[in-house]
Amino acid sequence: MRVNGTMSRVYKWFESRLQLEAPVKEAALHPVPRNTASWWYVFGSAAFTLLFLQIVTGILLALVYVPSAGEAWSSLNVLNHQIPLGWFLRGLHGWGSNFMVAIVLIHMAQVFLFGAYKFPRELTWTLGVFLLLMTLGMAFTGQVLRFDQDAYWGLGIGASIMSRVPFVGGGLVHLLLGGPVIAGATLSRFFALHVFIIPGALLLFALLHVWMVLKLGINEWPMPGRLVRRATYIDEYNKLAHEDGIPFVPGAFWKDLAFSGAVVAAVGVCTFVFGPFGPGGQPDPSIIQTVPKPDFFFLWIYTVLSYLPPQMETPFLLIAPLVAIATLLAVPFWAGEGEKSWHRRPVAVLAVSTIAICWGVLTHLGATTPWSPHMNAWSSDPIPVHYLQHATPLVRQGAVVFQVKQCRNCHSIGGNGGERGPALDDVATRMTIDQLRYKVVTGGGNMPAYGKNLSPAEIEALVSFLETLHPANEPPAYDASRRAVDESQSQPRPQSARPPAPPVARQTANRSANR
Amino acid sequence: MSHEEKPMEADPNQSVKAHNESGADSLNMQRVVSRRWMLFKAAAAFNGLVGLALAIPIVRYLLAPWRKDASYKSWVSLGPAESFPTGETRLAVFKNPSKRSWDGATDNVACYVRRTGTDQFSVFAINCAHLGCPVRWFPQSQLFMCPCHGGVYYADGSRASGPPERGLFTYDWQVVSGELHIDAGQMPTLSNTAKLVKISHGEGETSCG
Repeated sequence: MRVNGTMSRVYKWFESRLQLEAPVKEAALHPVPRNTASWWYVFGSAAFTLLFLQIVTGILLALVYVPSAGEAWSSLNVLNHQIPLGWFLRGLHGWGSNFMVAIVLIHMAQVFLFGAYKFPRELTWTLGVFLLLMTLGMAFTGQVLRFDQDAYWGLGIGASIMSRVPFVGGGLVHLLLGGPVIAGATLSRFFALHVFIIPGALLLFALLHVWMVLKLGINEWPMPGRLVRRATYIDEYNKLAHEDGIPFVPGAFWKDLAFSGAVVAAVGVCTFVFGPFGPGGQPDPSIIQTVPKPDFFFLWIYTVLSYLPPQMETPFLLIAPLVAIATLLAVPFWAGEGEKSWHRRPVAVLAVSTIAICWGVLTHLGATTPWSPHMNAWSSDPIPVHYLQHATPLVRQGAVVFQVKQCRNCHSIGGNGGERGPALDDVATRMTIDQLRYKVVTGGGNMPAYGKNLSPAEIEALVSFLETLHPANEPPAYDASRRAVDESQSQPRPQSARPPAPPVARQTANRSANR
Repeated sequence: MSHEEKPMEADPNQSVKAHNESGADSLNMQRVVSRRWMLFKAAAAFNGLVGLALAIPIVRYLLAPWRKDASYKSWVSLGPAESFPTGETRLAVFKNPSKRSWDGATDNVACYVRRTGTDQFSVFAINCAHLGCPVRWFPQSQLFMCPCHGGVYYADGSRASGPPERGLFTYDWQVVSGELHIDAGQMPTLSNTAKLVKISHGEGETSCG
């Protein structure tokens, strides 16, 4: 009793000065429509929870991390290997970032599909768009702070993109890098962005975002046919919240709490099972044996930049982001009234599913990078033995040329090698020997011209080898007119008087005779 | 929404009114209020002026890296010219001329030197003309290949295939008392180097001046 009495006196002492009880009670107990207590409404609070996880783990990492281009990489390795559980904190921060981007995107898709951006929540959506951009900004700057080879060359890609801005591109590159090259100044400014500027704005915007959710009420469950009208919506909502409502705490909030807990637990489990991200190789630009790749959420851009026609790239890079952001910002003002339910908004459903599918496909391609040459395939992937059994010395020499001239880096044989060009296991069925020779010499499409880089003997050997690449039951392609000429020339004349056939035709003839 | 906004806006007005109405008629109150408001506005304007005066040096500080390309560049030695055999392409590493002590290994810059004759060199930037990834030289096939999006260049730096719109970036070079010097100090990008050369799709001839 006495303890309780003391406790309550202490509480009153603080409360009479802080005066927080009334506003907190009002926020917690305000009525929300009963059907908003749904598992679909938990993503926003989970994103908010992850933001705090990131702030806490980020501050803990900052106790050790050294934001200097000369020391950052070593300090990350110290965190990983020498500080007890430093790896775990790095993992929590890295996985927390991945989860946060994912949850923010899911939250946005859900809000869009449930029409929650409509009147009077336009500004909540607008702030949300900026919160998404800042979350992505945190993901990119965070990748830079993990100062390894990927970070270094990722900055190079960022600078190259920036340099395409007309007129001021050069100056923007200098501002981005803090100087003429990627160096100490670059890491310092990305540290300031990642630790002070973006998180400060992110926290402020997130608090405003939540403030508006509390003030405007949680979006009611959309019912087909219940239209939003500016004149009547607020009264309708208040009626719904008061007549068929429950207090926000605990009625709706317990699901938020449970899901947030599950998400943080998932971050912990991923960290425990998969560990932290990197750091990769040392950020030394003189080490060029590297294949830079962006982090997961930017892989789709990596793919787009590989598949766009070159003349489309600069317009895409400079205009598409602006159009996308402008579209997102315009959504609540363009469609601020009317139907909320996804049952009656087929375009919205199509838009979300199209974006999701495109994103998935582009990310998958970005993870496998079929367009990148396999830089080591020429020296590491042997030609399958059965391709060379019973082969003539010229064909075997051609196989050597094929390997040593790095053809393998872009063309696979037997399932190994690059995927930039087509697999060559049955190339002889698609191209005649003359076409093969022409292609090797002149290149074309995505293939360099090898005419200057191969001697005539090497070309001859290479083409002979390629000519053997066809399935056993499928003959190689041939030029009908050439064959007709060869046959008409060879038949009436006696063997001795036959003019010398072109070397390649002779090769083919010999080999078909062997078979 | 509107019913929530009312109490927040009403409070300050009410307190001001209550304070002023306490011992004065309405005319006096107007005068007092307007004088206070005038002082308030003057103080606010003074703050605006101070802010503006501070903003100018702050913006200048923020824009400090925005300088002319030439101010970042200077001639750097790549070592004796004899260390580059004729007819071959070699990787060379030099220190960024504007390096700082905390740059660590990032003060290294790599480039490719191709010696075509006794006094003829081409010095290529390591950065792919597409998005700046490091290209790798394959002496066997005499090609530069980029690991990122598959850009390929011929030995003379001209574009062979892939997404780049032009050949490799080049550095200006000169031989000074037996040493090969290049004009370097800036990451080559389309905004600072492309202007100097004609963009072409590389039919085997170099597009790099």
